[in-house]
Amino acid sequence: MSVVVQDPQLMAVNPPLVQGARDLHDLTDQISSVVEAKVYETPLKYWITLTFTGSIVLLLGAMLTYLVNTGIGVWGNNRPVGWAWDITNFVFWIGIGHAGTLISAILFLFRQKWRTSINRSAEAMTLFAVMCAGIFPLFHTGRPWRAFYWLFPIPNTDLNIWQNFRSPLIWDVFAVTTYFTVSLLFWFTGLVPDLASLRDRATSKIRQVVFGILSLGWRGSARHWRHYEQAYLILAGISTPLVLSVHSVVSFDFATSVIPGWHTTIFPPYFVAGAIFSGFACVMTLLLIARWTLNLQNLITIKHLDNMNKIILVTGSVVGYAYCTEFFIAWYSGSIYERFTFLNRAFGPYWWAAWSMYSCNVFIPQLYWFKKMRTNLWVMFIISITTNIGMWFERFVIIATSLTRDFLPSSWGYFHPTWVDICTFIGTIGLFLTLFLLFARFLPMIAMSEVKGVASQEKHTFAGQVEGSVSHR
Amino acid sequence: MSHSPDPALLIAQIKDKLGIGEDKVYAVMGEFAEPEELVEAGRRIRGMGYTKIDAMTPFPVHGIDEAIGVPYSKIGWIAVCGALAGITTAQVLIYYVGKIDYPLIIGGKPLFDFTYSIPPTFELAVLFTAITTFLCTWGLSGLPRLYHPSMNYRNMHRASDDRFLLVVEANDPKFDAQKTAQDMRSVGANDVEVVEG
Repeated sequence: MSVVVQDPQLMAVNPPLVQGARDLHDLTDQISSVVEAKVYETPLKYWITLTFTGSIVLLLGAMLTYLVNTGIGVWGNNRPVGWAWDITNFVFWIGIGHAGTLISAILFLFRQKWRTSINRSAEAMTLFAVMCAGIFPLFHTGRPWRAFYWLFPIPNTDLNIWQNFRSPLIWDVFAVTTYFTVSLLFWFTGLVPDLASLRDRATSKIRQVVFGILSLGWRGSARHWRHYEQAYLILAGISTPLVLSVHSVVSFDFATSVIPGWHTTIFPPYFVAGAIFSGFACVMTLLLIARWTLNLQNLITIKHLDNMNKIILVTGSVVGYAYCTEFFIAWYSGSIYERFTFLNRAFGPYWWAAWSMYSCNVFIPQLYWFKKMRTNLWVMFIISITTNIGMWFERFVIIATSLTRDFLPSSWGYFHPTWVDICTFIGTIGLFLTLFLLFARFLPMIAMSEVKGVASQEKHTFAGQVEGSVSHR
Repeated sequence: MSHSPDPALLIAQIKDKLGIGEDKVYAVMGEFAEPEELVEAGRRIRGMGYTKIDAMTPFPVHGIDEAIGVPYSKIGWIAVCGALAGITTAQVLIYYVGKIDYPLIIGGKPLFDFTYSIPPTFELAVLFTAITTFLCTWGLSGLPRLYHPSMNYRNMHRASDDRFLLVVEANDPKFDAQKTAQDMRSVGANDVEVVEG
């Protein structure tokens, strides 16, 4: 291959996405080595963390067992707040998942090459977040083993009734189930060429068999790739409207009701923007940890993180704009109930939740206008966490404050979560982290075949480059 | 009464059909270090009159399809059929459930209406498209398949790592083990090998 003279100006404006003087084999080695490491080769801190998060999963199991045994009265849901932490957590987790699909599908359609280093882990995060989300409505039924008949249109003699398709709750079932299935298929499709790489590198019999089966006999033939690329494009193309529809449908659960504070047409875009906002923040938290513990600095570069922070700034500002619109419409509608609900949100008994939400979601991300902040690892780590706290509060504020004080002052109340509520939510965080840790250790966290494609293209642009020639600004 | 065929014979027949066996030749294979070399070599091999050419690469190499004559994938049309099946299923389901089998008047709303059937219809259309696309990706590629003769090539494991392989299959009318291997070397392939089935 001819050596092109390196152009430092071009590198400064547009730094390469895959850094260091690497060839394709090095990339395979670096990404596979995490998966292929022996138990004792993986850092001890990994196993300690896994044990810790695993014990939180046991807590979740205990809480759910207790709930099923006793009844859903162990949660704090009661008059007037019939929907409380369970649906807050459901919307929160579903929202987290949205960034994964955005990164893998929408950025793919826009040909954003920087997505290749982060899309695999973001997609995995989507799957795990949707699993956590599903727990809440499923167990809110109280009898989850019978819920299949209640949720899905399966002919049965258990109830002998059908679902009511006029209700947004059944739309939700369809949306979330489809979302999970499509995300899983998309994720697995992306994994197959990498599983084939692992199969070809496997030295032990067990690994050969396991990866041999999982990779479906993939051999990277041109006749495979032509179907594969087309299929990937189709899956990305349908995931894009899907991800927008899922949170829209979730917002219909509220927007189609007559409760002041819920009954608004701004909800679908507002929920989608919030979902992407919180999801990107969650990807950021996980990636920063993975980048640091697994030494992936050359693959997950400052440029990747900077780009993600820009998206967080945009979506955070959209959310802020939606808050303003809500207040304006509450005033402009002339409805005394709407006006009261919004004043009550900001200055009523839940003022602390509302102001946490405004600070975390709107004020703090404004720091990202400055490049210094967007490229500072500590700043982005802290903001990624405050964003998720803020977005959890957003759902809580929407759900709880609208219900505590409705039309009749005689039925007003205040919501208190029980210890089971709190432990169940913590349990799902544990489940999410455990699944992600297992994924990061046992499957290739970075899409090897896609990164190789990008690296191979960049070789033409940045040929002759040596490690360390790119300055991190 | 149907008598079951001898399993050994059946396996032999299947192997024969798939081109597997010590006595069979699958192809001549060679490798390249760079994707551009592969595309160029593929174009030249095709120019020599070969038609059954394949390439095995760690990532999709652009331009290889035209170079070696791989037809465009028809998977898009199958996906459209999946979407239509999803739309039909949803509409029939919602109509049957709401209007015929379990009519319930709720809030004075109609028993069936197009507007409220849109969200589930959209979701099922997406779901069916995804499942169809997923299954067809592997089905049309002849996967899952646990054994393939190309695995006998000594550098096959590098096709998923950092090498770009060119294949001229034995069922090509112009195929001749000696001559084809020579042609492969002449276009610059390394480690050229006649691979057994």
